[in-house]
Amino acid sequence: MSANETEIFPSRPETVLEAGRAGADYWREVWRYRELLGFLAWRDIKIRYKQAVLGASWALIQPAITTAIFTFVFGRLAKMPDGGVPYPLLVLAGYIPWQLFAGALNGASGSVLGNSQLVSKVYFPRLIVPLSALAVALVDFVIVLGLFLVAALWFGFVPDWHWIALPVFIFLTLLVALGGGLWLSSLTVKYRDFRYIVPFLLQVGVFVSPVGYRTDLFPRWRTVLALNPLTGIINGFRWCLLRGSQSVDLVPIGYSLLLTAILLATGIWYFRRTERQFADII
Amino acid sequence: MAAPVIEVSGLSKRYVIEHESRHDNLRDMLHHTARKLWRRVRWGTGFAREEFWALRDVSFSVNQGDVVGIIGRNGAGKSTLLKILSRITEPTTGRVRLRGRVASLLEVGTGFHPDLTGRENISLNGAILGMSRAEIRRKFDEIVAFAEVEKFIDTPVKRYSSGMYVRLAFAVAAHLEPEILVVDEVLAVGDTMFQRKCLGKMEEVSKSEGRTVLFVSHNTAAVQNLCRRALLLESGRLSFQGGTSDALARYVSSGATTGGLAIDKQVVPGGSPVRCTRLTVNGDASDRIAVPNAIEPLEIVTEVRVTAPVKLSLNVFLCDRYGNKLALCSPGHDDDGTSVHAVTPGLYRLAARVTLPRLLRGQYLLDLALVQPYVAQYTTFPCAIELTVDSSGLSWGRMFENAGVPVGFMVVPGRITAERIADL
Repeated sequence: MSANETEIFPSRPETVLEAGRAGADYWREVWRYRELLGFLAWRDIKIRYKQAVLGASWALIQPAITTAIFTFVFGRLAKMPDGGVPYPLLVLAGYIPWQLFAGALNGASGSVLGNSQLVSKVYFPRLIVPLSALAVALVDFVIVLGLFLVAALWFGFVPDWHWIALPVFIFLTLLVALGGGLWLSSLTVKYRDFRYIVPFLLQVGVFVSPVGYRTDLFPRWRTVLALNPLTGIINGFRWCLLRGSQSVDLVPIGYSLLLTAILLATGIWYFRRTERQFADII
Repeated sequence: MAAPVIEVSGLSKRYVIEHESRHDNLRDMLHHTARKLWRRVRWGTGFAREEFWALRDVSFSVNQGDVVGIIGRNGAGKSTLLKILSRITEPTTGRVRLRGRVASLLEVGTGFHPDLTGRENISLNGAILGMSRAEIRRKFDEIVAFAEVEKFIDTPVKRYSSGMYVRLAFAVAAHLEPEILVVDEVLAVGDTMFQRKCLGKMEEVSKSEGRTVLFVSHNTAAVQNLCRRALLLESGRLSFQGGTSDALARYVSSGATTGGLAIDKQVVPGGSPVRCTRLTVNGDASDRIAVPNAIEPLEIVTEVRVTAPVKLSLNVFLCDRYGNKLALCSPGHDDDGTSVHAVTPGLYRLAARVTLPRLLRGQYLLDLALVQPYVAQYTTFPCAIELTVDSSGLSWGRMFENAGVPVGFMVVPGRITAERIADL
C-alpha cells in the first residue's frame, strides 16, 4: 500500500496546528497564496469597472475637477508661488500620489471587513486581503498618470529623464498606505467605528499634504511639513514629473522613509497579532 | 500501516463571553473600560467573564482514505472542530497534525460574486478553495458539465436560479483534489437529484483516489451511506468514536427525548400568537410514547392559547429515529373549516386522529407543529416525541431500515377538531 501511496501523493506537506503557531512560515505562506492575491485583485478591479457606467472615466473626472479647484484656490486666489511650472500641472503632479495613497489606504482599511465572508469560511494568510486592495488603487493610478501625460503635452511641459525615479516613489506611497491600512483594517474588525476615521483622515490629509501647493519655497516650515510622510513622497513625484523643477530635499524624504518603516513594521506586527482572532470576532 | 493523515490530540477551544461587553465601537469600549476600573476599585471585581469551551480535550486520528462522519447536536462543537482543522481559527490548547493538502468546504460558493459571470466565478472560487490557475483551467469544462450550466456560463450569476447557483458552486468544490477534504453541512442545499450526484462524486473520490474526507451532516442517511466511521460530539467532548451505525445509535439514544414532558419541547417563534399549553398523545403527556400496535390510530390532543385571530390546524411529521422525515400527516389545503379552523383569541382544544402507515418495529420520532397549512407555522415541537412501536406484524423488514432511501408520503388525517374551552 505504501508504494502506491507515494505515487498518488508525491509530496505530502505536514502541517501542525497549535495555539500561537501560525507565525512559523508566515511569509512563505503569503508567497504560496500569491495566486489568490492576484484573483482577489482581479475580482475587485473587474467589479469596480463592470457596473459603473462612466467606467474608467470616473477615475479621470475626480482628479480633473480637484485640479481645477486647487488651481483656482491656491494658484489664483492665494497666489502661491509656482516656480515656473504651469499651476494645473503642479497640482496634478501632487494629486497623483495623493490619490494613489488615498485609494490604497481606503481600500486596505476596509478590506478585511469587506471580505468577512471569506475570512470566516476559508483559510489563507489574511495579509493578502489588504495587499490585494493596493492593486486596485494602482489601476486607478495608471489612469490618472495617463491624464497627467496628456495635460503635460497640452502645456508643453513633457517630463524628461527625471521620471526614471518614479517607481521608487510609487513603491514608497504603497508602503505608507499599507502600513496605515494594516492598522486600520485590524482595528476596524475589532472596533467598527474605525471605519469613520478613514474618510476624515483623507479629508484633512489632502490639505495638510502639499497637494495644492509646493513646499520647497517655504524653508521655514520644512521640518513641520516633513513630519507628514507624504510630504517627501509628493515632493519626489514633483521632482520626477516636473523635470526636476522642484528640488529634491533629502530631509522630508528621510523622514518619509523613517515614518514609513515605523508605520509598516508596527502595522504588520499589530495585524499579525490580531489576525488569528479575525474569524472569531468578525 | 502508514501514519494517520489527521492526528488530533487534546484539542480544546475556549471562547470568552464577557457579560455587559457588547462594545463594537470605541466609545462603548472606553465607557466599558472605565466602568470596569470603577467596579474594581469599588467592589474589587470586574465584570463576570464566562468561559465557554466549544471543544474540550478532543483526541482522535484518521487514516488515509477514511471517510469519517462527525455528528452531534447543534452547539456540540462540530463546526468549531472543522474551523480548527481548516485553519480558520486557532485551538486554545492541544495540537493537530495534518499530513497532506487540506481543502475545506464550510459553505457552498464562498466568495461567489453576484456580478461576475459563471466563468469568472469558477476561477475565483477555485482559487479561494486552493486550486492553482493551471488546475482550474484543466478542470474547467468538467466543472461546467457537472454543474449543467453550459448555456449560462457567461451570464452573471445573479441571474442564475438558486438551483443553478448551488450546482455551480458545488461543482467547483467537487473537483478539488486535496488529500484531505473537510465538508460541513453543505449538502443541505440543492435539489435531491443533485445532492445524490454530489454524494456519489464524494464517494467515488474517496474510494478510487484514497482521499480522506471529514463530513459533518445532519442528514444521517448521508452519513450512514458515506462514512464507515463516525465521531460523536456532545457539548464539546468526543463521546464516542467507532462504526457509523453504533455512533448513530448512540447519537439517537443520547438524544432528543428525556422521558420528560412533551410540552417542554415546544419552540415558539417570537411574536407568535399561538402557544401550546398542553400536549398528549394517546392520553400520555410524556415525550416517550409506547405504541403497542401501530395499526391503531394516534390520538393527539393539544390545548392552545390563541391571542390573535388565526387559521389553525395541526401538522404531524413521522420521522425515523435519526430525525429524517418519513411521512407528513396534514390536512393540506383543506380550508373548508373541517380541519383548518378560523379561531378568535381564546383557549382551544385541538384534537387529531392520525392513522399511521404500518410501521416496522422500532423507534420513531414525531415532529408536531401548529400551523396554517402552507402559510404559517405558529409553534413547533421538533422531533419532540419518541414513538416506540412494539409490534406491528411486520418484523421481516429490517432491510429497509437505514437504506437511506428517502421515503415520503402523505397521510390525510381524520378530521381535526377544534373546540373553544375558555376565553382569555
